[in-house]
Amino acid sequence: MKAGDEIPPLTIPVTRTLIVAGAIASRDYQDVHHDAELARRKGSPDIFMNILTTNGLVGRYITDHFGPAAVLKKVAIRLGAPNYPGDTMVLTGTIEDVDGDTVTVRVIGANGIGNHVTGTVTVSQGSAR
Amino acid sequence: MSDDLLARLKSYEGCPAAVARTGKDPVNAPMIRHWCEALGDTNPAYTGPDAVAPPTMLQVWTMGGLTGHDTRTQAYDELLALLDESGCTSVVATDCEQEYVRPLRPGDEITFDTVIESVSARKTTKLGTGHFVTTRTELRVGPDLVGIHRFRILKYAPARRPEKKPPRPRPVVNRDNAGFWKGVEQHKLLIQRCTACATLRFPWLPGCASCGAPDWDTVEATGEGTVYSYVVMHHPPFPAFDPPYAVALIELAEGVRMISNVIGTPYEKVRIGMPVRLEFQSYDDELVLPVFRVAEEAAV
Repeated sequence: MKAGDEIPPLTIPVTRTLIVAGAIASRDYQDVHHDAELARRKGSPDIFMNILTTNGLVGRYITDHFGPAAVLKKVAIRLGAPNYPGDTMVLTGTIEDVDGDTVTVRVIGANGIGNHVTGTVTVSQGSAR
Repeated sequence: MSDDLLARLKSYEGCPAAVARTGKDPVNAPMIRHWCEALGDTNPAYTGPDAVAPPTMLQVWTMGGLTGHDTRTQAYDELLALLDESGCTSVVATDCEQEYVRPLRPGDEITFDTVIESVSARKTTKLGTGHFVTTRTELRVGPDLVGIHRFRILKYAPARRPEKKPPRPRPVVNRDNAGFWKGVEQHKLLIQRCTACATLRFPWLPGCASCGAPDWDTVEATGEGTVYSYVVMHHPPFPAFDPPYAVALIELAEGVRMISNVIGTPYEKVRIGMPVRLEFQSYDDELVLPVFRVAEEAAV
Protein backbone atom coordinates (compact mmCIF):
# COMPACT_ATOMS: atom_id res chain seq x y z
CA MET A 1 0.00 0.00 0.00
CA LYS A 2 1.31 3.39 -0.97
CA ALA A 3 0.17 6.95 -1.48
CA GLY A 4 -2.10 7.26 -4.48
CA ASP A 5 -3.60 3.76 -4.12
CA GLU A 6 -7.35 3.63 -4.16
CA ILE A 7 -9.50 1.53 -1.90
CA PRO A 8 -12.63 -0.15 -3.25
CA PRO A 9 -15.75 2.01 -3.17
CA LEU A 10 -18.66 1.44 -0.79
CA THR A 11 -22.15 2.17 -2.10
CA ILE A 12 -24.70 3.37 0.45
CA PRO A 13 -28.35 3.54 -0.64
CA VAL A 14 -29.64 6.65 1.13
CA THR A 15 -33.02 5.39 2.28
CA ARG A 16 -35.48 7.31 4.43
CA THR A 17 -35.01 4.54 7.00
CA LEU A 18 -31.23 5.00 7.07
CA ILE A 19 -31.58 8.75 7.57
CA VAL A 20 -34.09 8.40 10.41
CA ALA A 21 -32.42 5.40 12.04
CA GLY A 22 -29.03 7.14 11.90
CA ALA A 23 -30.43 10.35 13.39
CA ILE A 24 -32.12 8.54 16.26
CA ALA A 25 -29.19 6.19 16.93
CA SER A 26 -27.01 9.30 17.20
CA ARG A 27 -29.52 10.98 19.56
CA ASP A 28 -30.10 13.77 17.04
CA TYR A 29 -33.77 14.78 17.14
CA GLN A 30 -33.52 17.84 14.87
CA ASP A 31 -36.79 17.71 12.90
CA VAL A 32 -35.05 18.13 9.53
CA HIS A 33 -33.70 14.59 9.95
CA HIS A 34 -37.04 12.84 10.47
CA ASP A 35 -40.01 15.10 9.62
CA ALA A 36 -40.34 15.82 5.89
CA GLU A 37 -43.16 18.32 6.41
CA LEU A 38 -41.14 20.46 8.82
CA ALA A 39 -38.00 20.06 6.70
CA ARG A 40 -39.90 21.50 3.73
CA ARG A 41 -41.13 24.42 5.82
CA LYS A 42 -37.48 25.22 6.53
CA GLY A 43 -36.71 25.32 2.82
CA SER A 44 -35.31 21.81 2.36
CA PRO A 45 -36.99 19.59 -0.27
CA ASP A 46 -37.01 16.63 2.12
CA ILE A 47 -35.36 15.26 5.25
CA PHE A 48 -31.60 14.85 4.97
CA MET A 49 -28.86 12.81 6.64
CA ASN A 50 -27.29 14.25 9.79
CA ILE A 51 -23.56 14.80 10.12
CA LEU A 52 -23.17 12.13 12.81
CA THR A 53 -24.49 9.43 10.47
CA THR A 54 -22.20 10.61 7.69
CA ASN A 55 -19.30 10.57 10.14
CA GLY A 56 -20.19 7.01 11.16
CA LEU A 57 -20.46 5.84 7.56
CA VAL A 58 -17.04 7.32 6.73
CA GLY A 59 -15.59 5.48 9.74
CA ARG A 60 -17.32 2.26 8.71
CA TYR A 61 -15.97 2.58 5.15
CA ILE A 62 -12.42 2.69 6.48
CA THR A 63 -12.74 -0.07 9.10
CA ASP A 64 -14.64 -2.31 6.64
CA HIS A 65 -11.60 -2.07 4.40
CA PHE A 66 -8.79 -2.26 6.98
CA GLY A 67 -10.46 -4.91 9.16
CA PRO A 68 -11.47 -5.21 12.82
CA ALA A 69 -7.91 -4.79 14.13
CA ALA A 70 -7.66 -1.30 12.62
CA VAL A 71 -8.21 1.59 15.01
CA LEU A 72 -9.48 4.99 13.89
CA LYS A 73 -7.30 7.82 15.15
CA LYS A 74 -8.84 10.81 13.47
CA VAL A 75 -11.84 11.53 11.27
CA ALA A 76 -12.27 15.01 9.80
CA ILE A 77 -15.16 15.61 7.43
CA ARG A 78 -16.84 18.49 5.67
CA LEU A 79 -20.38 18.29 4.33
CA GLY A 80 -21.51 19.54 0.94
CA ALA A 81 -24.52 18.33 -1.06
CA PRO A 82 -27.13 16.93 1.33
CA ASN A 83 -28.04 13.23 1.35
CA TYR A 84 -31.76 13.13 0.56
CA PRO A 85 -33.88 9.96 0.57
CA GLY A 86 -33.75 7.97 -2.65
CA ASP A 87 -30.21 9.05 -3.50
CA THR A 88 -27.14 6.82 -3.48
CA MET A 89 -23.84 7.79 -1.92
CA VAL A 90 -20.66 6.18 -3.19
CA LEU A 91 -17.69 6.43 -0.83
CA THR A 92 -14.28 6.32 -2.43
CA GLY A 93 -10.89 6.56 -0.79
CA THR A 94 -7.37 7.39 -1.87
CA ILE A 95 -4.33 6.63 0.28
CA GLU A 96 -2.69 9.94 1.05
CA ASP A 97 0.12 8.87 3.31
CA VAL A 98 1.56 5.72 4.90
CA ASP A 99 3.71 6.17 8.00
CA GLY A 100 4.59 2.89 9.67
CA ASP A 101 1.28 1.30 10.51
CA THR A 102 -0.59 4.62 10.33
CA VAL A 103 -2.42 5.34 7.11
CA THR A 104 -4.10 8.58 6.05
CA VAL A 105 -6.96 8.21 3.60
CA ARG A 106 -8.69 10.95 1.65
CA VAL A 107 -12.39 10.07 1.46
CA ILE A 108 -15.08 11.42 -0.84
CA GLY A 109 -18.76 10.48 -0.65
CA ALA A 110 -20.54 11.50 -3.85
CA ASN A 111 -24.29 11.43 -4.32
CA GLY A 112 -26.52 12.35 -7.26
CA ILE A 113 -26.15 16.08 -6.70
CA GLY A 114 -22.48 16.37 -5.86
CA ASN A 115 -20.01 15.60 -3.11
CA HIS A 116 -21.92 14.97 0.08
CA VAL A 117 -18.79 14.58 2.14
CA THR A 118 -15.08 15.15 1.75
CA GLY A 119 -12.65 14.30 4.46
CA THR A 120 -9.56 12.69 5.80
CA VAL A 121 -9.29 9.64 8.02
CA THR A 122 -6.22 8.57 9.94
CA VAL A 123 -6.23 4.90 10.89
CA SER A 124 -3.80 2.68 12.71
CA GLN A 125 -3.68 -0.76 11.14
CA GLY A 126 -2.08 -2.35 14.19
CA SER A 127 -3.62 -4.86 16.52
CA ALA A 128 -3.23 -2.79 19.68
CA ARG A 129 -6.52 -1.71 21.12
CA MET B 1 -23.18 43.91 8.44
CA SER B 2 -21.90 46.34 11.01
CA ASP B 3 -18.37 45.94 12.34
CA ASP B 4 -19.98 46.35 15.70
CA LEU B 5 -21.93 43.10 15.33
CA LEU B 6 -18.82 41.21 14.22
CA ALA B 7 -16.89 42.60 17.18
CA ARG B 8 -19.63 41.47 19.52
CA LEU B 9 -19.71 38.02 17.92
CA LYS B 10 -15.92 37.78 18.11
CA SER B 11 -15.98 38.66 21.78
CA TYR B 12 -17.38 35.19 22.50
CA GLU B 13 -14.31 33.46 21.07
CA GLY B 14 -12.62 31.55 23.86
CA CYS B 15 -15.72 31.54 26.05
CA PRO B 16 -16.99 28.21 27.35
CA ALA B 17 -20.10 26.72 25.74
CA ALA B 18 -20.34 23.80 28.17
CA VAL B 19 -18.56 23.26 31.46
CA ALA B 20 -17.96 19.91 33.14
CA ARG B 21 -21.08 18.41 31.66
CA THR B 22 -21.85 14.72 32.06
CA GLY B 23 -23.01 12.45 29.25
CA LYS B 24 -26.65 11.42 29.65
CA ASP B 25 -25.69 7.75 29.47
CA PRO B 26 -22.41 6.01 30.09
CA VAL B 27 -20.93 4.32 27.04
CA ASN B 28 -23.17 1.27 26.70
CA ALA B 29 -23.74 -1.82 24.57
CA PRO B 30 -27.37 -1.13 23.56
CA MET B 31 -26.61 2.32 22.11
CA ILE B 32 -23.58 0.85 20.34
CA ARG B 33 -25.75 -1.91 18.87
CA HIS B 34 -28.45 0.51 17.73
CA TRP B 35 -25.81 2.64 16.03
CA CYS B 36 -24.23 -0.38 14.30
CA GLU B 37 -27.67 -1.58 13.16
CA ALA B 38 -28.58 1.82 11.75
CA LEU B 39 -25.30 2.24 9.90
CA GLY B 40 -24.93 -1.38 8.81
CA ASP B 41 -21.61 -1.62 10.64
CA THR B 42 -20.80 -5.28 11.27
CA ASN B 43 -17.29 -4.73 12.65
CA PRO B 44 -16.81 -7.48 15.30
CA ALA B 45 -14.73 -5.05 17.41
CA TYR B 46 -18.01 -3.43 18.48
CA THR B 47 -19.66 -6.58 19.88
CA GLY B 48 -18.92 -9.21 22.50
CA PRO B 49 -17.43 -9.05 25.97
CA ASP B 50 -14.37 -7.09 24.86
CA ALA B 51 -16.34 -4.61 22.75
CA VAL B 52 -15.27 -1.03 22.13
CA ALA B 53 -17.59 1.72 20.94
CA PRO B 54 -17.26 2.82 17.33
CA PRO B 55 -14.90 5.79 17.63
CA THR B 56 -17.12 7.88 15.35
CA MET B 57 -19.81 7.70 18.06
CA LEU B 58 -17.73 10.21 20.06
CA GLN B 59 -20.25 13.05 19.71
CA VAL B 60 -23.20 10.74 20.45
CA TRP B 61 -22.12 10.45 24.09
CA THR B 62 -22.44 14.24 24.42
CA MET B 63 -25.86 14.63 22.79
CA GLY B 64 -28.75 16.11 24.72
CA GLY B 65 -31.41 13.96 23.02
CA LEU B 66 -35.03 15.06 22.98
CA THR B 67 -34.95 16.94 26.25
CA GLY B 68 -31.58 18.59 25.75
CA HIS B 69 -29.04 19.54 28.35
CA ASP B 70 -30.25 21.77 31.14
CA THR B 71 -27.05 23.71 31.48
CA ARG B 72 -25.80 25.60 28.46
CA THR B 73 -23.47 28.44 29.36
CA GLN B 74 -24.75 31.98 29.30
CA ALA B 75 -22.03 32.91 26.79
CA TYR B 76 -23.19 30.32 24.26
CA ASP B 77 -26.85 31.24 24.75
CA GLU B 78 -25.98 34.90 24.19
CA LEU B 79 -23.98 34.15 21.06
CA LEU B 80 -26.81 32.12 19.53
CA ALA B 81 -29.37 34.77 20.49
CA LEU B 82 -27.23 37.48 18.89
CA LEU B 83 -27.06 35.45 15.69
CA ASP B 84 -30.82 34.85 15.79
CA GLU B 85 -31.42 38.58 16.20
CA SER B 86 -29.21 39.32 13.19
CA GLY B 87 -31.51 37.11 11.11
CA CYS B 88 -29.39 33.97 11.24
CA THR B 89 -32.14 31.75 12.60
CA SER B 90 -31.32 28.51 10.75
CA VAL B 91 -28.52 26.16 11.58
CA VAL B 92 -26.70 23.44 9.68
CA ALA B 93 -23.66 21.39 10.66
CA THR B 94 -20.82 21.70 8.17
CA ASP B 95 -17.66 20.20 9.64
CA CYS B 96 -16.74 17.59 12.19
CA GLU B 97 -13.17 16.77 13.20
CA GLN B 98 -12.57 14.11 15.78
CA GLU B 99 -9.42 12.77 17.38
CA TYR B 100 -9.67 9.54 19.31
CA VAL B 101 -7.17 9.39 22.16
CA ARG B 102 -8.24 5.99 23.42
CA PRO B 103 -11.10 3.57 22.65
CA LEU B 104 -14.26 3.91 24.71
CA ARG B 105 -15.77 0.86 26.36
CA PRO B 106 -19.15 0.12 27.91
CA GLY B 107 -19.21 1.58 31.40
CA ASP B 108 -17.07 4.62 30.59
CA GLU B 109 -18.69 7.73 32.12
CA ILE B 110 -18.10 10.72 29.87
CA THR B 111 -17.66 14.28 31.02
CA PHE B 112 -16.97 17.07 28.60
CA ASP B 113 -16.12 20.75 28.23
CA THR B 114 -16.80 22.84 25.16
CA VAL B 115 -15.16 26.10 24.15
CA ILE B 116 -16.31 28.53 21.45
CA GLU B 117 -13.22 28.45 19.29
CA SER B 118 -14.12 30.90 16.55
CA VAL B 119 -16.93 32.89 14.98
CA SER B 120 -16.43 33.80 11.33
CA ALA B 121 -17.24 37.04 9.56
CA ARG B 122 -20.47 37.08 7.57
CA LYS B 123 -20.19 34.59 4.68
CA THR B 124 -22.47 34.00 1.76
CA THR B 125 -23.24 30.36 1.03
CA LYS B 126 -25.71 28.51 -1.16
CA LEU B 127 -28.03 28.26 1.83
CA GLY B 128 -27.89 31.93 2.69
CA THR B 129 -25.57 34.34 4.47
CA GLY B 130 -24.41 33.65 7.98
CA HIS B 131 -21.60 32.96 10.39
CA PHE B 132 -19.64 29.78 10.98
CA VAL B 133 -19.34 28.94 14.66
CA THR B 134 -16.65 26.46 15.61
CA THR B 135 -16.62 24.73 18.96
CA ARG B 136 -14.06 22.39 20.46
CA THR B 137 -15.13 19.76 22.93
CA GLU B 138 -12.80 17.70 25.09
CA LEU B 139 -14.19 14.43 26.36
CA ARG B 140 -12.85 12.79 29.48
CA VAL B 141 -13.34 9.62 31.45
CA GLY B 142 -12.35 10.53 34.97
CA PRO B 143 -9.29 12.77 34.60
CA ASP B 144 -8.20 11.21 31.30
CA LEU B 145 -8.69 12.91 27.95
CA VAL B 146 -10.30 10.32 25.64
CA GLY B 147 -11.28 12.36 22.61
CA ILE B 148 -11.41 15.79 20.99
CA HIS B 149 -14.37 16.85 18.94
CA ARG B 150 -14.29 19.99 16.81
CA PHE B 151 -17.64 20.94 15.35
CA ARG B 152 -18.59 23.70 12.96
CA ILE B 153 -22.07 24.94 12.34
CA LEU B 154 -23.36 27.60 9.99
CA LYS B 155 -25.93 29.89 11.60
CA TYR B 156 -27.58 31.51 8.60
CA ALA B 157 -30.46 33.54 7.26
CA PRO B 158 -32.10 31.20 4.74
CA ALA B 159 -31.94 32.46 1.15
CA ARG B 160 -35.44 32.72 -0.24
CA ARG B 161 -35.77 30.06 -2.87
CA PRO B 162 -38.09 30.77 -5.75
CA GLU B 163 -41.10 28.63 -5.05
CA LYS B 164 -42.20 26.57 -7.99
CA LYS B 165 -45.69 27.67 -8.91
CA PRO B 166 -48.24 24.94 -9.27
CA PRO B 167 -49.57 24.75 -12.83
CA ARG B 168 -52.67 26.65 -13.80
CA PRO B 169 -55.82 24.54 -13.28
CA ARG B 170 -56.80 22.46 -16.31
CA PRO B 171 -60.17 22.79 -18.03
CA VAL B 172 -62.62 19.94 -17.58
CA VAL B 173 -63.08 18.57 -21.08
CA ASN B 174 -66.12 16.37 -21.69
CA ARG B 175 -68.25 15.16 -24.62
CA ASP B 176 -70.32 18.32 -24.59
CA ASN B 177 -67.43 20.79 -24.82
CA ALA B 178 -64.66 18.73 -26.47
CA GLY B 179 -65.23 20.53 -29.78
CA PHE B 180 -64.59 23.89 -28.16
CA TRP B 181 -61.24 22.79 -26.69
CA LYS B 182 -60.27 21.16 -29.97
CA GLY B 183 -60.82 24.57 -31.57
CA VAL B 184 -58.72 26.31 -28.93
CA GLU B 185 -55.86 23.90 -29.63
CA GLN B 186 -55.96 25.12 -33.23
CA HIS B 187 -56.21 28.75 -32.06
CA LYS B 188 -59.86 29.01 -33.12
CA LEU B 189 -62.60 30.28 -30.84
CA LEU B 190 -65.66 28.28 -31.87
CA ILE B 191 -69.22 29.26 -31.00
CA GLN B 192 -71.98 26.66 -31.17
CA ARG B 193 -74.89 27.38 -33.55
CA CYS B 194 -78.21 25.56 -33.48
CA THR B 195 -78.86 24.05 -36.92
CA ALA B 196 -82.62 24.26 -36.33
CA CYS B 197 -83.04 27.92 -35.34
CA ALA B 198 -79.52 29.36 -35.96
CA THR B 199 -79.23 30.72 -32.38
CA LEU B 200 -75.61 31.06 -31.23
CA ARG B 201 -74.78 29.70 -27.81
CA PHE B 202 -71.86 29.88 -25.40
CA PRO B 203 -70.68 28.08 -23.34
CA TRP B 204 -71.15 24.84 -25.20
CA LEU B 205 -74.25 22.83 -24.28
CA PRO B 206 -75.81 19.60 -25.55
CA GLY B 207 -79.03 21.29 -26.74
CA CYS B 208 -80.40 24.66 -27.88
CA ALA B 209 -81.75 26.75 -25.00
CA SER B 210 -83.98 28.62 -27.46
CA CYS B 211 -85.74 25.81 -29.42
CA GLY B 212 -84.51 22.64 -27.72
CA ALA B 213 -83.01 21.09 -30.85
CA PRO B 214 -79.96 18.88 -30.24
CA ASP B 215 -78.09 19.43 -33.51
CA TRP B 216 -75.46 22.07 -33.97
CA ASP B 217 -72.58 23.29 -36.01
CA THR B 218 -69.99 25.98 -35.23
CA VAL B 219 -69.07 29.52 -36.16
CA GLU B 220 -65.54 30.78 -35.69
CA ALA B 221 -65.50 34.00 -33.69
CA THR B 222 -63.78 36.99 -35.29
CA GLY B 223 -62.10 37.70 -31.98
CA GLU B 224 -63.54 41.18 -31.57
CA GLY B 225 -65.35 41.92 -28.34
CA THR B 226 -65.91 44.33 -25.49
CA VAL B 227 -65.70 44.10 -21.73
CA TYR B 228 -69.31 43.55 -20.69
CA SER B 229 -68.47 43.32 -17.00
CA TYR B 230 -65.55 42.36 -14.76
CA VAL B 231 -64.48 41.63 -11.22
CA VAL B 232 -61.06 42.06 -9.63
CA MET B 233 -59.93 38.96 -7.82
CA HIS B 234 -58.10 39.70 -4.56
CA HIS B 235 -58.97 36.85 -2.28
CA PRO B 236 -58.71 33.95 -1.81
CA PRO B 237 -55.36 33.61 -3.56
CA PHE B 238 -55.02 30.47 -5.69
CA PRO B 239 -51.43 29.25 -5.88
CA ALA B 240 -51.26 29.33 -9.70
CA PHE B 241 -52.40 32.97 -9.92
CA ASP B 242 -51.01 36.33 -8.83
CA PRO B 243 -53.83 38.37 -7.31
CA PRO B 244 -55.13 40.94 -7.84
CA TYR B 245 -56.19 40.27 -11.43
CA ALA B 246 -59.23 41.09 -13.55
CA VAL B 247 -61.70 38.40 -14.55
CA ALA B 248 -63.87 39.76 -17.32
CA LEU B 249 -67.12 38.83 -18.97
CA ILE B 250 -66.42 39.53 -22.64
CA GLU B 251 -69.22 40.13 -25.09
CA LEU B 252 -68.05 38.83 -28.45
CA ALA B 253 -68.96 40.67 -31.66
CA GLU B 254 -71.20 37.69 -32.46
CA GLY B 255 -73.28 38.52 -29.38
CA VAL B 256 -72.44 35.66 -26.98
CA ARG B 257 -70.50 36.31 -23.77
CA MET B 258 -67.63 34.38 -22.25
CA ILE B 259 -65.54 34.61 -19.10
CA SER B 260 -61.83 35.17 -19.60
CA ASN B 261 -58.89 37.29 -18.48
CA VAL B 262 -57.93 40.72 -19.76
CA ILE B 263 -54.16 40.61 -20.18
CA GLY B 264 -51.63 43.35 -20.74
CA THR B 265 -53.61 45.96 -18.81
CA PRO B 266 -53.33 46.59 -15.08
CA TYR B 267 -56.37 45.23 -13.28
CA GLU B 268 -57.40 48.68 -12.06
CA LYS B 269 -57.49 50.05 -15.62
CA VAL B 270 -59.99 47.51 -16.94
CA ARG B 271 -63.33 49.19 -17.65
CA ILE B 272 -66.75 48.15 -18.89
CA GLY B 273 -67.11 48.81 -22.61
CA MET B 274 -63.41 48.51 -23.42
CA PRO B 275 -62.90 47.01 -26.87
CA VAL B 276 -60.80 43.87 -26.66
CA ARG B 277 -59.33 41.39 -29.10
CA LEU B 278 -58.87 37.65 -28.75
CA GLU B 279 -55.44 36.10 -28.24
CA PHE B 280 -54.36 32.59 -27.50
CA GLN B 281 -52.02 32.46 -24.57
CA SER B 282 -49.81 29.47 -23.69
CA TYR B 283 -49.43 28.50 -20.06
CA ASP B 284 -46.64 26.07 -19.16
CA ASP B 285 -46.03 23.61 -21.94
CA GLU B 286 -49.42 22.12 -22.59
CA LEU B 287 -52.20 24.57 -21.85
CA VAL B 288 -53.56 27.12 -24.33
CA LEU B 289 -56.37 29.46 -23.27
CA PRO B 290 -58.35 32.13 -25.12
CA VAL B 291 -57.73 35.50 -23.41
CA PHE B 292 -58.32 39.10 -24.36
CA ARG B 293 -56.10 42.11 -24.78
CA VAL B 294 -57.36 45.68 -24.96
CA ALA B 295 -57.66 46.56 -28.65
CA GLU B 296 -54.90 48.92 -29.79
CA GLU B 297 -56.98 51.99 -30.57
CA ALA B 298 -58.20 52.00 -26.99
CA ALA B 299 -54.92 51.05 -25.35
CA VAL B 300 -54.30 52.75 -22.01
